[in-house]
Amino acid sequence: MKKWSYIGLFCLFSILPSLSFPVSAQQKNIILATTTSTQDSGLLDVLIPSFAKKTGYFVKTIAVGSGQSMAMGQRGEADVLLVHSPDAEKKIVAEGYGINRRIVMHNDYIIAGPKEDRAKIKGIKLASEAFKKLALANALFLSRGDNSGTHAKEKSIWKTTGVNPEEGKWYQQTGLGMGQTLNVAAEKKGYTLADRGTYLALKKNFGLDILVEGDAILLNIYHVIEVNPAKWPKVNSAGAKAFADFVVSKETQDLIKTFGVDKFGSPLFFPDAGKKEEELGR
Amino acid sequence: MNMVEHVPILEAKNLEVKRGGTILLNIPSLSIGKGEILALIGPNGAGKTTFLQTLSYLLQPFQGEIFFRGKKVETHISVLEYRRKLAMVFQDPLLFDTTVFNNVASGLKIRGMKKKEMEARVIEQLDRFGMSHLSHRSAKTLSGGEAQRASLARAFAIQPEILLLDEPFASLDPPTRESLIEDLEPILYRTRTTAIFATHDRLEALSFSDRIAVMNNGMIQQIGSPEEVMNHPIDEFVASFVGVETILTGKVIKKNAGTFFASIEGQEIEAAGDAHLGETVFLCIRPENVTLSTQFHREATSARNVFTGRILKIAPLGPYQKVQLGCGFPLVAYVTNHSLEELSLTEGKEVRASFKATAIHVVRKGESWKGF
Amino acid sequence: MDLILEGIKKAFWLLITLDPEVMEITFLSLQISGTATLISLLIGVSTGTLIALSMFPGKKIVASLVNTGMGLPPVVVGLFVTIFLWRNGPLGFLGILYTPTAMILAQAVIATPIVMGITLAAIQHLPQKLRLQILALGATRFQMVWILVKEAKLPLLAGVMAGFGGVISEVGASIMVGGNIKGYSRVLTTATVMETSRGNFDIAIALGIILLVLAFSINFIITQIQQRERPR
Repeated sequence: MKKWSYIGLFCLFSILPSLSFPVSAQQKNIILATTTSTQDSGLLDVLIPSFAKKTGYFVKTIAVGSGQSMAMGQRGEADVLLVHSPDAEKKIVAEGYGINRRIVMHNDYIIAGPKEDRAKIKGIKLASEAFKKLALANALFLSRGDNSGTHAKEKSIWKTTGVNPEEGKWYQQTGLGMGQTLNVAAEKKGYTLADRGTYLALKKNFGLDILVEGDAILLNIYHVIEVNPAKWPKVNSAGAKAFADFVVSKETQDLIKTFGVDKFGSPLFFPDAGKKEEELGR
Repeated sequence: MNMVEHVPILEAKNLEVKRGGTILLNIPSLSIGKGEILALIGPNGAGKTTFLQTLSYLLQPFQGEIFFRGKKVETHISVLEYRRKLAMVFQDPLLFDTTVFNNVASGLKIRGMKKKEMEARVIEQLDRFGMSHLSHRSAKTLSGGEAQRASLARAFAIQPEILLLDEPFASLDPPTRESLIEDLEPILYRTRTTAIFATHDRLEALSFSDRIAVMNNGMIQQIGSPEEVMNHPIDEFVASFVGVETILTGKVIKKNAGTFFASIEGQEIEAAGDAHLGETVFLCIRPENVTLSTQFHREATSARNVFTGRILKIAPLGPYQKVQLGCGFPLVAYVTNHSLEELSLTEGKEVRASFKATAIHVVRKGESWKGF
Repeated sequence: MDLILEGIKKAFWLLITLDPEVMEITFLSLQISGTATLISLLIGVSTGTLIALSMFPGKKIVASLVNTGMGLPPVVVGLFVTIFLWRNGPLGFLGILYTPTAMILAQAVIATPIVMGITLAAIQHLPQKLRLQILALGATRFQMVWILVKEAKLPLLAGVMAGFGGVISEVGASIMVGGNIKGYSRVLTTATVMETSRGNFDIAIALGIILLVLAFSINFIITQIQQRERPR
């Protein structure tokens, strides 16, 4: 019965293992909507297992842009958010979709560009000055264009310059995550706004330099927000609180402080739990 | 009175198949006796296939009633149960993509027969059709003739009470066809299988059947013994379909080396071929092989058969004239318009007709196993 | 060039050392896509056969719908499955978004029209009279369908190949409904995307090579079976 053997084989390798998929209880699952930078930098690969070990919660990390993360929170499709788009965050808290918004950490944005620096922005102190110069030089600029925190930050900088970059041919939107946008910028020898964490993590792969850094406007602050169970009863509020408490705990903050030092020589994120947003970057 | 013995194995009443307002089949009544072999002949599109498929409930819907051994199908016996008494062989072998053995076994497998019994049956049929050596071959590798043999073996393995054959030899080349027919005939007679057999070849019908039904436009034009149908066609259509050749029925009375003499209506015709003394044979003579002459003195001719007869009728037929003669038996000849004038042939005139012994196609009826 | 060579070297290293994470991802890919293909096989073959064998008005329209479905864009499937499976969506009560089950579901939706379309074509391609012959051999309707499916097994095998090849190499729907969760719903394609955006091109290439080898060997096995089934 040769013909049965391969059908049997097929069934075996496909059905049997599928029975072993973890059927975890709903209460033990948390959906964490976060930005690509926390996943791409590898930070979550360190934090999540530690959290799981401590609390027994199974975290489903959905790494999308900050914009989509907050949209998920707003729809009650996520339990907890770890995001970096302060204006939008304040809005959803004000609307009552998010509660307990707490500061977690920061790093900063940098303007990265090719070594040749055709637009000559290296060393400029103000990010808005640098952007203006890029626009004047018609230098290729790669924008995330995906409503992520980085994209929101970039738009807010453009606003201060009074330039509408979307009118220029030199301004291109990738619609991709941070890592991929950096890759595109490197390939096309363009400029981009990137968070330092992702930049450092990917630096080995391309010849993009940090051209502008240190402006207060370039501060990149991450907050953890619990989704309001009053709005969405299906939200796992206990799990969300446990996770939020975990990321601002002393132990986790210490983990964040040292994350990346061994690999990149400097930390990727600076823990800020308990601080006020206004205190940072001063 | 006990009538059970006389109940026909298959009876059809008022069968009608209509598609889109066209009547494809219209059979008011037909019954077939156990062991009978009925040939359906007729041109393409005459409704032979439709008839066979209706009888086997493969073509639905249709109007009318079918009785199997007196039991009405659908009422007293289910369609499936009825269908399992039948076997059907099509023009194409329609074998399954597996070994010859599995193909022959397929009907039995469908019936859920036990493996041991099934194997014995399959082996028997393979042996009967001379295919034992091909048992484990893939059906796809068979030649056309082998494939049709396998298809027949598959049908016989079921031990059907009625066998329906839909032009099973039509796509085979002549030698293959002949050898297959030679094998099939004794099997049919020995197993006493009732069979309905569609063909457009009159000679195949002649050699095979107990009765012939001539079909046209979905209707049976004439049904009767081969002799009746061939020699006494009831209308123009039957005549034109069966009557291209003169077909004579005779008894063998004398044998020579390579030829024999058959007696037809008191006349003797010499034909090339072999036959047993006393056997009934059909002699088929094509009209173009008959030569007419008005010279009555004995000149040298190689033709073995020379008869004097009277012209009954002359009718134009395309480039020829069709001349019907009476010379103790009916005979048809074709002559060209030119010859007609030259010989000044007219109806009622006496002529001499001659044809060679080798120009006669001999069809042996039932052959030796059937006995006389 | 260095990058590619480095990637190939890394791929072999990961394979030779049976790197547990890579093995897990590979195995999960096989599980998910295999199960999805099996489901699509059950639904696709039965429905495809049903459509092929039945006569009804609008059959041609249904057939062209199925054929269109063969090219269903995975991301569109992903989007709709996501919307349906949202907690507050129509199927939210199932609670299966961001699980392997959701990925199986989405992949089955992608593969089913492929299998169905090929089944439809394969069954319709069989000689018309074969159906009559099978019935004439005394088969019930169910037996007839089963025999027809067996007769069409070679093209159906091609359907399995096409379906499986389509879903195991699909990324759009998997990432949307599975979420690329480490150790849970991360499969070869989603891991490749993520490692690329992380700039870990070597691992990404390694995963890509594993995916290629996997797709190749499965197709190779099925092709072998097909060749063996051919007449000698």
